[in-house]
Amino acid sequence: MATTIAVPRPTVRSSETPLPPHDGKRPWKVDVEHLSFFYGDKRALEDISITVQPNVVTAFIGPSGCGKSTFLRTLNRMNDIIPGARVEGKVCIDGQDIYGPGVDLVSVRRKVGMVFQKSNPFPKSIFENVAYGIRINRIASSRSELAGRVEESLKQAALWDEVKDRLQESALAMSGGQQQRLCIARALAVKPDILLMDEPASALDPIATQRIEELIYQLKANYTIVIVTHNMQQAARVSDFTAFFWLGRLVEYERTDKMFTAPSEKLTEDYLTGRFG
Amino acid sequence: MEQRVVRHFQEELEALQGRLLEMGGLAEERVRAAVQSLGDRDIAAIDRVLRGDEPINELHVEIDNRCFKLLALHQPMATDLRAIVAAVKINTDLERVGDLAVNIAEAARRYATHPPVKKLIDIPQMGDIAQTMLHDALDSYVRRDTILAHQVLNEDDRLDGLKTQIFRELLGYMLDDPTTVEPALDLILISRHLERIGDHATNIAEDVIFMVSALDVRHHAPNPPV
Repeated sequence: MATTIAVPRPTVRSSETPLPPHDGKRPWKVDVEHLSFFYGDKRALEDISITVQPNVVTAFIGPSGCGKSTFLRTLNRMNDIIPGARVEGKVCIDGQDIYGPGVDLVSVRRKVGMVFQKSNPFPKSIFENVAYGIRINRIASSRSELAGRVEESLKQAALWDEVKDRLQESALAMSGGQQQRLCIARALAVKPDILLMDEPASALDPIATQRIEELIYQLKANYTIVIVTHNMQQAARVSDFTAFFWLGRLVEYERTDKMFTAPSEKLTEDYLTGRFG
Repeated sequence: MEQRVVRHFQEELEALQGRLLEMGGLAEERVRAAVQSLGDRDIAAIDRVLRGDEPINELHVEIDNRCFKLLALHQPMATDLRAIVAAVKINTDLERVGDLAVNIAEAARRYATHPPVKKLIDIPQMGDIAQTMLHDALDSYVRRDTILAHQVLNEDDRLDGLKTQIFRELLGYMLDDPTTVEPALDLILISRHLERIGDHATNIAEDVIFMVSALDVRHHAPNPPV
C-alpha cells in the first residue's frame, strides 16, 4: 500500500518574501518580478520575486529539484533552448527586461556570464580559450590588446601565475580546479557585469574548492555574482545573501549571516538543520 | 608556481583576536584603576571605574556575535575551531573580570567612608599579581605560548595564599575592635574579587593551552590528548 508523506508547505508566498536591505545608492542589478517558469505543462518556478544588489554574492540553495538552477538560468535566458520552456514575469538587468521584445540575446549573455558545474574548456590552448570570446565579440582592436585582455582575465581568475609560461599548451592538460578557473577567466574576458555560477566547485577537491571560493570572494569587488550550490556550507562561506528555494518557490531570502544563524522560516530552519531535503 | 590562497576567514580570525585583545586591555586597566583608587581613597577615580563598564559590555556582545557568525558561516575545523571556542570562553572571562573591577570599586567606595583599618600591603600585591596573570594570559594567547600559559597557572597559588593570609589578618583586627568589622569585611571581599580575577586569568591560560596543543589541563586533568 502506498504511503503518503505529508510535506510541509512554505508559510511565506514567494512574492511576499521580504527583500534584503539595500543601501539605496545604486539601483538593483537584478530585479525579478513574479517570475514563473514552465517545462511544458509543469510549473518549475512559481511566482518568484527577488532583487540583487550590485557587487554582492548571492547564493541559491535548496534540495535537488527545487528550481534553483532553473531560476539561475532564467537570468541570462539559458533556458530558451529547452523545447516547450515558457517564462512568465519579468527579469530586469540594470532596469531592462531581458525577456522584453527586441532584446539582443548575445548582448544579454555577454553582460551576464555563466560558469557551469563541470568545467568545459575548448580543446584549444589556454590562451585561445580566454581569447575566444574577446575575438568573436570583437572587443580587442589589436593583437597586444587581445593579449592584455587575456592576461588581465587570467589574473582576475587567480590563474595567471600558474599558466603564464605555458599559455600555448592545451587547456585539457590542466587540473580540474585550473580548468574551472580557466572557465571563469573565459567568462570574465568579455567583461560581464554579472557572473552566474552553477555548482562551480561541486566536482573539485577541497583545496581547489577553497581557491574557487576565495576567488568568488575577491571577484565581487568588480562583479555581481549569483551562485547555485547544493552545498549549504559553501553558500555560508562565500555569499552575502542567500535565497532558499523549495518546490519551485522562494521560501526565504536574507542576509547570509542572518539566514544561517536565525532563519525566519521554519522550513528554512528544517532544511539547514538537515531535518529534510 | 602556486599562488597563495588568501583566506578571508583568516583575516576575520585576526580581527576577532584584535577585538579580544582590546577587551583584555580594557579589563586589565580597570582592575589596575580599581585597586589604585582603593589605595588612594580617591572617590572620583572610584566613580570612574563604577561608571566605565560599558565599553567592555559592548565588546562582550560584539565578540560573541563574531564568534557565532564565524562558527555558523565557516564551519571551522581543528586549530581554527579551537581558536574560536577559546575566544568565546575568554570573552566571558574578560567580561567577568570587568564586573569584578566594578565590585572592587563598590567595596572601595564603602571602605573610603571609614578610617583605614591598616596600611594596605597585601591587597596591592594581590592586585599586581592578578594584573600580571591577566596580562601574561593574554600575551600567551597572542603568542600561542603554552610555557607562559603554564606560568600563569602556577601564579594562581600565590594569589590564593595571599587571600587566606589577608582573611586571617583582618579577622584579628575585627576581633580586637568591632568598629573595624565593616571596612575589614570590604577588604576581605576585595581580596576575594582579586582572587577571582586570578581564577579567570587561569581559565584563559587553560584555554590557550587547549587552543594551541589540544590538551585539556582543567581540574588538574592528566593531559590526555583530545
